[in-house]
This record gives sequence, structure tokens and C-alpha cells, in this order.
Amino acid sequence: MPEVAHAADRRDAAWWIDRAVQILVLAGGLSAIVFIAGIFVFITREGAGFVFDRFDFREFFGSPRWTPTSSHNPTYGALALIAGTASVTGLAMLVSVPFSLGAAIYIGEFATGRVRETLKVLVELLAAIPSVVWGFIGLSIMNPLIIQVFDVPVGLNVLNAGVILGLMAAPIMTTIAEDALKAVPDTYREAAEAMGATRWQVTFKVVLPAARNGLVAATLLGVGRGFGETMAVLMASGHSINLPTSPFDSVRALTATIAAELGETAAGSDHYGALFTLGIFLFLVTFAINFAADVFVRGGQRKHRRRGRRPAASANP
Amino acid sequence: MSVPVQASEAADYAIEVEDLAIRYHGKPALSSVTLQVPSHEIFGIIGPANSGKTSFLRAINRMDLMTAGMEVSGSVRVEGRDVRSWRNPYALRQRIGVVFPLPVGLPLSIYDNVALSSRLRGTRKKADLDVIVERCLRRAALWDEVKDRLDSLGSLLSGGQQQRLTIARALSQDPSILLLDEFSIAVDPVTTMRIEEVLAELKSEMTIVLVTNLVQQARRLASRTAFFLTGELVEVTETETMFEGGAQDPRTTAYVEGKFG
Repeated sequence: MPEVAHAADRRDAAWWIDRAVQILVLAGGLSAIVFIAGIFVFITREGAGFVFDRFDFREFFGSPRWTPTSSHNPTYGALALIAGTASVTGLAMLVSVPFSLGAAIYIGEFATGRVRETLKVLVELLAAIPSVVWGFIGLSIMNPLIIQVFDVPVGLNVLNAGVILGLMAAPIMTTIAEDALKAVPDTYREAAEAMGATRWQVTFKVVLPAARNGLVAATLLGVGRGFGETMAVLMASGHSINLPTSPFDSVRALTATIAAELGETAAGSDHYGALFTLGIFLFLVTFAINFAADVFVRGGQRKHRRRGRRPAASANP
Repeated sequence: MSVPVQASEAADYAIEVEDLAIRYHGKPALSSVTLQVPSHEIFGIIGPANSGKTSFLRAINRMDLMTAGMEVSGSVRVEGRDVRSWRNPYALRQRIGVVFPLPVGLPLSIYDNVALSSRLRGTRKKADLDVIVERCLRRAALWDEVKDRLDSLGSLLSGGQQQRLTIARALSQDPSILLLDEFSIAVDPVTTMRIEEVLAELKSEMTIVLVTNLVQQARRLASRTAFFLTGELVEVTETETMFEGGAQDPRTTAYVEGKFG
């Protein structure tokens, strides 16, 4: 059977195309790593001068005094900025997680037909609103509303920025969470419903656990969004350096500080380096969040997975 | 054509397995299997769940390449040549049709499901494809039910119809070996009988390995049958002998008589 042996070794066009595509997607994957590494190298290089010469760990993380433009005694305490970002992001998550999970469960599990389709389109439309518009809403609608309702002197504060940020993050979280729910096979729902489980029991006992990884990913994406958001926070938070003690205190976020001040510093100055150090800090925190999410998701998979997924290895002996 | 063929002496073995062992993540699933399947034979494999039957099929068409943690040792020779020496494993898989236990109607139209393999291999002419699609669907006993709706989605057919679609698709590869893994699980008895008749005819064109949970199905179709038990090949015997109490191992007799498993 000489033909058989021939076919066994003949690397036809399909084989070569397969090979080329494998190399192409490998290049795509590697380029992602290169870009991330490049960004990290860039911000580290710009911040390095400050980190090595001027950086004081206790001042940076322990002092709320951020006065980089003071002519005789500039100080670089980032504590208030970190607290500002953390408080706004935290409040935003309190707002957006219940909203978005609720919306996703309604759209994915309870709504049917036209209601469902309409809601999906509307949520996706909400996700497309630019952040500066949200900032504008914070400034011109939320601000007087908060002053009126809570009888406080200033409406640009943690509450305002947190709510704005929460509303802003909710649509994208809803979309991702809904995708995660949709990925749960209908056979699971049918099997559970056939046992007499109610719609909510099916959702709570079967669908949500099955979609857990996707839901965690949606939440963390929201955290990342809140953490990195600049414009809306800059406009709605009041942008004043404060360790917040109540939701009605104005605060200043890390990102807003970089955005507001970087344009006015001399490249290479201590101030410039300090802003890049804030950038390094943001980068490391984001990295830590993603890493934690990855570990969490993998841990969950190992518990459920049986035979293992296809490895990315090539099919070449 | 000058490639040397390392054909074994008895070149009419379609599959020769020697000392095959399979592990998943280091855990043995099958060990020391040695058997030969002559060309144009229906070879039955029976055994209870978890006995390694499916793993055996997976080793033949090199599914270990895409299964994380699956390790294969020993040798599997298809048409005289170790499957791991095929430099183009896709070419190997084109020669081996596989039908899985649960039907897999790809999310394409019925027509496209059956035409897929030929298209992958470069057949473009509509007239040629029409002939292939009709022939394969007829052979899989599905043509009469779907001839008026070839454009509808294959994944929307009923379970039994999808399984026949899967068989039609496997036949469209024009394979020299057909691996059937408990194909009748989702198929009604009448259709099962019709497919069994088709398999008996196909024997003249290809070698068939039939893994089945229905021992009577093995009896009806297979000329020889292997009995697998907990990752071990207990024996390979002429099917008639096996079912008439002539099995070499008492466990085989107990299994075919329905005393366990």
C-alpha cells in the first residue's frame, strides 16, 4: 500500500496553512506580553529616578500630605490618594455588584421574548456612554441632588463619585455576567426543573454555581474599571486631598491626580517621577487583582474539571 | 510513492496493537493490550463502563494529541504503520471515521455537515458534493427523513437523527477504518437495526471497530469480539464461540450472560 505511506507523510497545503496560523497566533500572543512588558518598563523607567532618590516608603504610604508643588518643602504622601481611590471604588462596587448581577439574572433567567431583547440592547447602549458624560451627570445632577437631600455643603464627594462609578461599571458587568449565565447549558436547567425546582431555586442552586467563574470575572472587571477610571472620578469626587471619614467628604483619586498634574510638571523633576510612581503603584495593584482572579478561577476549575482541556500544543509529532 | 512502506508480513491487518497502555495524568486507564484487527472485519469490543474501551479508540486516531494528560505507550499500527510515525496526523484522521456515543450534529446545515469532509479535502463542485451527500445520507438511513430540508440546521435534528447524521458524516470521509463508540445509545431500536444492516454491508469496504454496551449487538455484527474489564484486555475470541459458552475466561462468560456489569 504505497499510497498510504505517502499520505502519512505528505504535508499538504492544509498542513502548512495550519502551521502558519499556529505561528501567527503565537506571535499575536507574544505581542501582548511584549506590550505589557513595554508599558511596565516605560513607567518604571520614568518613575525610577524618584523611587531611588527621593522615595520614602513611610511618607508615600503613611502620609496624607501630597504637596508636590510646595516651593520649600514638597511632600509626596499618597495615603489620601490611595484612600480616595479605595473609598470611591469600594462604594462603586457596593452599588454595581447587586445591580449588575440582578440585572444579569433577570435578563438571563427570568425575562423572555421582547423584554429580554430590549433590555439587552439598552444595557449595551448604557455601556457605551463615555465617562466624561457620567462625570457631567455627577457634576450637574448628582451634585445639587446630594446637597438638597442630605443637606451638606458640597455634593462632590465619595458618595457622588461612588454612585456615578457604580452606575458606569454596572452595564459592562451586566453584559459579561449575562454571557456567563448564557454559557450554562440548558440541559442543566431542564434537569433541575424536572426535579420540581422553582425558577429561583434553579438559578441559585444550579446556574449561579455553574457560572461562578464568569461572574467573578465580571465583578473583577468592574473593580478594574472603577480603579482605573479617571475622568468621571475627577469630575464627581471634588478632587480635594482628604482622608475620608464619611461618604460626604471630598476626595482625590490616584488616577485623577496623575491626569490633572502630569501636564504641568517638568519632565524628570521629582514631581514628574512621583506621578509615575503612582502609576507604578496602580499597575501593580491592577496586576495583583488580575492575578488573584486568575488563581481563584483556576482553583474553581480544578475542582470541577475532569478530563482536562485541549492543550495548546501543536499537533506535530 | 517512493516512501518506504514498513508493512508488516501480514499486510491485511488494518489495525495492529501491541502492548498498548494508556494513562490519564499518570493514572492507568488501559494496560498491556495486544490484538490485531484484520481488514474488512467488524471487530467488537464489549465491557462494562470504565473498562478502557473508549480510551482504546482514542489511541487509534491519535486523540492523545489534543487531550491534556493522556499518555500512550506501546504501539498502534494502522495499515502497517505506527500511528505516531505519521508526520501528518490529520491525514491519519481523514482515513478513520469516528462516531461518538452522543451525537454531534455540527452547527451547520444538514447538507454542509455531510459535505464538510469533502470540502476540507478540496471538493468544490456542487454536483460532486450532491452525489456524496445523498449517498452518505442514504447509507446512514437518514435520506428519506431529511431530503426536503437539507438546508436546516443539523444540530436541530432529534437525537437519533443527529446520530445518523454523524454516521453519514463519518462515511463521507470515505474512511478505511470506522470506529463506532456505543453509537446506538441515543438511537431507537428500529433505526439501530437499520444502521446495523448498513454496517454489515460496509464491511466489504472498510474495517469497523464496534464498541458497544449491547452484547447482543456485538453478537449480531462482530466476527470477533474483545472483552475489556477495568483497563485490561481479558480476551479476544470468535464472537460465536464467546456467546456459546466457549470463552477462555469465566469472567467473559459471566458478562455475556448478563451475570454482572
